[in-house]
Amino acid sequence: MNEVAVLGAGMHPWGKWGRSFIEYGTAAAGAALADAGISRRDVRSVVGAGSVRCGYPGHVAGAAFARALGWQGARVTSVYAACASGAQAVDTARAQILAGIAEVVLVVGAESAPKGFFAPAGGDRPDDPDWLRFRLLGATNPAYFALYARRRMALHGDTTDDFARVKAKNAAAGALNPHARYRTPVSAGQVAASPVVADPLRLLDVCATSDGGAALVLSSMDYARRHGAGDPVRIRAVSTVTPVYPTTEPGLPDIATDSAVAVGPPALGFRESIARAAYEEAALGPEDLSLAEVYDLSTALELQWYEDLGLCPPGEGAGLLRAGATALGGRIPVNASGGLASFGEAVPAQAIAQVCELTWQLRGTAGARQVSGARAGMTANQGLFGHGSAVVAVR
Amino acid sequence: MTRIRRPVVAGWFTEADGEEGFRLLGTRCSACSAVFFPREDSLCRNPACEGGALAEVPLSKRGRVWSYTDGRYRPPEPYASDPDAAWEPYTLLAVELEAERMVVLGQAAPGVTVAALSVGAEVEVVPGILSEDADTTWTTWHWRPVQEER
Repeated sequence: MNEVAVLGAGMHPWGKWGRSFIEYGTAAAGAALADAGISRRDVRSVVGAGSVRCGYPGHVAGAAFARALGWQGARVTSVYAACASGAQAVDTARAQILAGIAEVVLVVGAESAPKGFFAPAGGDRPDDPDWLRFRLLGATNPAYFALYARRRMALHGDTTDDFARVKAKNAAAGALNPHARYRTPVSAGQVAASPVVADPLRLLDVCATSDGGAALVLSSMDYARRHGAGDPVRIRAVSTVTPVYPTTEPGLPDIATDSAVAVGPPALGFRESIARAAYEEAALGPEDLSLAEVYDLSTALELQWYEDLGLCPPGEGAGLLRAGATALGGRIPVNASGGLASFGEAVPAQAIAQVCELTWQLRGTAGARQVSGARAGMTANQGLFGHGSAVVAVR
Repeated sequence: MTRIRRPVVAGWFTEADGEEGFRLLGTRCSACSAVFFPREDSLCRNPACEGGALAEVPLSKRGRVWSYTDGRYRPPEPYASDPDAAWEPYTLLAVELEAERMVVLGQAAPGVTVAALSVGAEVEVVPGILSEDADTTWTTWHWRPVQEER
């Protein structure tokens, strides 16, 4: 198996701290190195997940973190893939380890998020779809989440009550997570009482934007054994696939889907294909998962992920939720960390934070939110412009 | 004051006067017949196609609502709005075009609210105004429910 070891995981708490993303990333890196029991001088490669909206220009992630930790002359890489930046950073680190280029790699992602809606970079850029969707349609990210939510209501009979229950479930888990930004329980009634942002989604259905940082120390299995980690959490698969032509759902930031006139729609939708690639690489299936961390940019989107990960048949996500299967203590807990509902999105850190949660769960050190007997977990996420992202970790 | 009418993006829709003939403009590959909107003018994106010439083609005038939402809060720039005026929510539609087998987003015509919409309802594309500034009226496309024929 092409596995790499997770020697260490660390996070800076999510919040709205208003400080430099370098500070969050450095703190997370320090925590991950301490967790791994190695010195920063042992790190032979630094991979930084980039923050374009806030860290660019001027701060390119990989070198910025390497400098803050003290230049070591280590190999450095910076990756940017929107919300999938973190997974691509993990993928890059893994490839370096498996190729024998580096034995120990530090993966870091951190963000200082601006207040309010994410907005495209400035200037007049009519060849950029991300600029165009704001200029022509005023289509914010929640507008897309709302289109998907309304579609689910029409197709599958989901209700706004179902969406509110996702928030209540994730808030209950997040209340148990010291790294989460929001740590108070939220009732479905509170969701229903919050203002509508984009019909049918309300403020508490949509994830906030946050500051935060997350880091992982990854190593070869040989290195882990030499350093006394005989049974480490292992990363068994990383999926970073694009959609297959033609797309059938308007993805961010597109103004239209592809046309299915010349070629019929692919057998799997984009999110399904992200999970499928991860399952195939890991040689396991949804029935093998103990837990999943999925990108609940909106409450409704979490239900979509249940189906796309194969945790239930298409259209039955709300039923799985109502049965309590995805809550802590259920058959397949989803977002045991509290998810984006409890964290808010710190873009380049988020996919790394998902792997941190899997690491702690698989070690059995997740405290009050521990999923008992966790053996395998999957993270899933989807970055702007068609960046798939999923990681499978096992122990 | 006379403002000049200008399309917010050139080449995405017809500019002749009149509602009846108004259409979104895409391109079609001469080799595989794939349709693109927004228009592709250099390379056919169908990976199974050797790549044919891309010619402008008007899209269907009518389609069916794939989904819809509204914007209750003011979007950030580059969306144009008067920061001193109270925000007026607008409705956003995703519309499925049967012939092209694709979904195209667009704002609803003024006055169309989410309460008036349902998934599957028939809508048509009509010319609209996105915004006005000192010397320019920026034109765009809108989706408008098709009135039941009596």
